[in-house]
Amino acid sequence: MSLSGSEKQVSYLEYQGKHKGIWGWLLSTDHKRIGLLYLYAVIVFFFVAAFLGLLMRIELIAPGRTIMGPQTYNGLFTIHGIIMVFVIVIPGLAAVFGNFFLPILIGARDVAFPKLNLFSWYLYMTGAILGVLSQFIGGGAPDTGWTFYVPYSVESSTNVIWALTAAFILGFSSILTGLNFIVTIHRMRAPGMKWMRMPLFPWALYATAWIQVLATPIVGITLLMVIAERVLNIGFFDPALGGDPVLFQHLFWIYSHPAVYIMILPAMGVVTEIFPTFSQKPVFGYGAIVLSSLAIAFVGYFVWGHHMFTSGMSYNARWFFSFLTFIVAIPSAIKVFNWISTMYGGSIDMKPPLLYAISFIFLFMIGGFTGLVLGSLATNVQTHDTAFVVAHFHYIIFGGMGFAFFAGIHYWLPKMYGRMYNNKVANIAWVLNFTGFNLLYFPLFIIGLQGMPRRSYDYLPQFESGHVLSTVGAFILISGLILMVYNLVAGARRGPVAPANPWKGVTLEWQIPSPPPHENFDEIPEITSKPYLFGSNTDTK
Amino acid sequence: MKHEEKHISSYSSLAIILVVLLSLTAVSVWVTGFHFGSLAVVIALVIASIKVRTVITYFMHLKFESRIMKLMVTGVFGLYALVIIITFVDYYFR
Amino acid sequence: MSVPTNHEEHIDSETGKLGMWIFLFTELWLFGGLFLVYAIFRAKYSADFHTGAAELNAFIGTVNTVVLLVSSMTVAMALTAVQKGDRRLALFLVFLTLVLAAVFMVNKYFEWAHKFEYNLFPGSEVLKNLPRGELLFFGLYYMMTGLHALHVIIGMILLSVNIVKIRSGAVNSERYLMLENSALYWHLVDLIWIFLFPLLYLIT
Repeated sequence: MSLSGSEKQVSYLEYQGKHKGIWGWLLSTDHKRIGLLYLYAVIVFFFVAAFLGLLMRIELIAPGRTIMGPQTYNGLFTIHGIIMVFVIVIPGLAAVFGNFFLPILIGARDVAFPKLNLFSWYLYMTGAILGVLSQFIGGGAPDTGWTFYVPYSVESSTNVIWALTAAFILGFSSILTGLNFIVTIHRMRAPGMKWMRMPLFPWALYATAWIQVLATPIVGITLLMVIAERVLNIGFFDPALGGDPVLFQHLFWIYSHPAVYIMILPAMGVVTEIFPTFSQKPVFGYGAIVLSSLAIAFVGYFVWGHHMFTSGMSYNARWFFSFLTFIVAIPSAIKVFNWISTMYGGSIDMKPPLLYAISFIFLFMIGGFTGLVLGSLATNVQTHDTAFVVAHFHYIIFGGMGFAFFAGIHYWLPKMYGRMYNNKVANIAWVLNFTGFNLLYFPLFIIGLQGMPRRSYDYLPQFESGHVLSTVGAFILISGLILMVYNLVAGARRGPVAPANPWKGVTLEWQIPSPPPHENFDEIPEITSKPYLFGSNTDTK
Repeated sequence: MKHEEKHISSYSSLAIILVVLLSLTAVSVWVTGFHFGSLAVVIALVIASIKVRTVITYFMHLKFESRIMKLMVTGVFGLYALVIIITFVDYYFR
Repeated sequence: MSVPTNHEEHIDSETGKLGMWIFLFTELWLFGGLFLVYAIFRAKYSADFHTGAAELNAFIGTVNTVVLLVSSMTVAMALTAVQKGDRRLALFLVFLTLVLAAVFMVNKYFEWAHKFEYNLFPGSEVLKNLPRGELLFFGLYYMMTGLHALHVIIGMILLSVNIVKIRSGAVNSERYLMLENSALYWHLVDLIWIFLFPLLYLIT
């Protein structure tokens, strides 16, 4: 069943609309082109921030000064964090694959507000560029960490306000994208696609969008409050003026904790699409995946204090947040169970998307378990602000969202470009990525437990061997990333032509040509059954 | 553009709502004359909530919107209330 | 070949309205951060907040409340007028709403100017010498009413756009999403004020 013949429409890559040439891309309101605009931006900014991370790792290979001084180091981890968090990980999956595939997966021609979608991208680029510019002007690169804790963010003479403004603009972009997706999912599903017939990646995007829409404004106003502190001495966070610095932490984490669910829910959604396809079996427990996605989004609003256990909160607050943190782990665990069960008894095809998806489970679980170590009050005292935390969140964010992104790009690249990458090179890159990743971050758990602080330019000699291993891992990882991206780019540009359905998938994107036509479908399909029906329903066309 | 059976608020119903809102405003101002102490905030918030609910239901037409829209509005306010309450779990018990 | 497309200029009205409601949710949470700060410091410094509130002019505050409530009614009536095809009445009502908004802003200007005269603004020497709770009260007062005033201005711009569109017929009884959404935005401005008014002016 092919839902559009390529004779009737040109591919979205070739389509010539109102604007010609580059303007056909920069002024396009086509969700697929906007998805690619985000993709290219994400790749560029990711390598910028990764390179900054590499510089940090080089500095940390030995105690004392290696290639930079402490002020530079503080500036590096700040901008590395700002770019990675606000420019890559929060927007990344939703803006790239959500934009490209959400309308197609629900049988729509575009999102609800295509012009707003383009505006979101321009906001994103403005915020990202402003963030990078903050490195070079006036007072110099901000050195507060991406978390902008007061009082230092008020006192630091660096370009804090530029960075805060950049984050604010990026947040606004996130809000508008979330708004667009919620309305799209509510209003633009194909006829017959009831809520419980929607594939699971859209469900993940739906849960994510609600977090984007409700939580982001809180950090928006909080950043404005810090600006007000710097410029007007407003006093909310200044004890000398009656304020409370911990209040900043509350406000900041009320957003930034749900933000990590913005990062991970779409990632879970992506792998949830990959497992059934490469097992040729329906998702195990569709309803449980839906409910767990919504549960993670909801309960995720109530755990923010676990970033603040040592800040001076009341005892009742501490045990409350710790308890809720353990609760929020449960829906994630349910998903892991569902993914494994999806594969069990299936016809497994170990292609790169599945390879990355399986390693996602492994890395995400290490991140998850170590999150429980951090979420437990007694052990938190030992591990807070150590390299253990750094390892934990890199496993969750990079091992989780990052590897899911890699899984997604390997899964959907043939659809997006109509060409295939080299399988063998992809596998080699995976080996480098997986090995490098673990070598880079696992030692940090160990030295963290032993007392290595985070955000620290120098350290005691007993931590050196851990750091050496970690830096070696960083180099292996970077080479894997470069190889992976090279392979994908080469494949997209001059790889062999890919068929419409190279993976025998059954969701709507595989029923249209590769690359998709400009308007996705000739005729909007009518949905008559639930998703993930394999077997006799699979069309080999 | 399709024609749905849209409910149109009558001018008189809107005027009545205004009268209700102005009355509630008068009450809230009047009540500040008394010394209710810490209860004052509660009373002020209760009256303000009634006014807000009235504006949303009638001026913003929520009464005549879909069930899901009403659910969303309730959810948004409810979640916000929970966040405030949880923050107070820290401050109240310090 | 005409394949129906989403890239048309007019968005389905239910879709557009849902979009605006969700945007209003984000605005509620934006102010919500400030209300949270207010709540925390109110609980901590209730006496100072009382004193601070006494410095504010409850009369102007009440007038402004009435002004905004009436303006909410007028913009809602304007929507009714458009839906009934009564173009002239609609224009009058939107214009009236705009005038009331301007009255609000003028009042606010006088209020703030009066405070500045007494050197009661963030960072001033007078404020620094006040009890801490009062200092924070005024910080909140300025930030909350300031952010609110910014939204009043945005609302006024939207109302002005609607005047143009109603005159040209772009907004009419068949297509009035622009006015409906602008009215919703205006009601939000009113809603925020409904909470701000007692919390800032009436807690004496």
